[in-house]
Amino acid sequence: MGRNIAALFAGLVFGLGLTISEMVNPAKVLAFLDLFGNWDPSLSFVMGGALIVTAIGYRLVWTRDRPVFEERFQVPGNRQVDTRLAIGAVLFGVGWGLVGLCPGPAISALTFGGAPVFLFLSAMAVGIGIFEGFDRIIARPNPV
Amino acid sequence: MENFTPISASIGGALIGLSAVLLMALNGRIAGISGVFSGAVFAERGDKVWRAMFVLGLIAAPALWAVVRGTEPPFEMTDSWPLIIAAGLLVGFGTRLGSGCTSGHGVCGLSRLSPRSMASVAIFMGAGMATVAVAKSVLGA
Repeated sequence: MGRNIAALFAGLVFGLGLTISEMVNPAKVLAFLDLFGNWDPSLSFVMGGALIVTAIGYRLVWTRDRPVFEERFQVPGNRQVDTRLAIGAVLFGVGWGLVGLCPGPAISALTFGGAPVFLFLSAMAVGIGIFEGFDRIIARPNPV
Repeated sequence: MENFTPISASIGGALIGLSAVLLMALNGRIAGISGVFSGAVFAERGDKVWRAMFVLGLIAAPALWAVVRGTEPPFEMTDSWPLIIAAGLLVGFGTRLGSGCTSGHGVCGLSRLSPRSMASVAIFMGAGMATVAVAKSVLGA
């Protein structure tokens, strides 16, 4: 119960941040990616603000033994840059550059983005489903 | 650079960081939206509800903001269906294959100096900028 309310609250704060910073507007994101055009560096200030708070906040949080509602902190331990990571980042970057939506803003724009956002989210869900199938069949061969 | 909005960008960014810190402090989790979202469907039972609640918060926030402000957030996006479908497929598949997106790698990963996240952010930013540059030259803009 506590952890679900905590997640809802964290989601609200995240969505508020995306809204205030205008990252829910694809045109604003594309203006950042348009480095050689009429460049809008706002997204780098969003990243900067988020990074300062998170870098300090994480370090304070990790001085505690455990999170409030769970047994332990779940932080990825893998530090190895591999082909999957690189190819995944390329595919994501191309998709991001095509319309200016990444997963967070796409979800947040659901109530006011109309049919294009609904279509994008549907395609994104299909892309995730395709990955899950791919991951089970190819990347993790059945040991039998 | 007439559309540059450094103050609202920094405030919004700080809120995004606050959300990441809250989710770590309370639930011990990384606030990576692509992972949270796909896990709402594909995670193990018992690990789904908090993810759905986070997504609900993401959706509700701008709606609440619109009620308070009396106007919806500015929004401008292509209406080309083939482009949108291609982009959605690429973002869905790519973020899962690459284990994260702008939030998981960009905010949470960079803040803990993860080499994987540094590589991911450099690559997807580069790919995004290259895509915009190519799209503009193809469209003759």
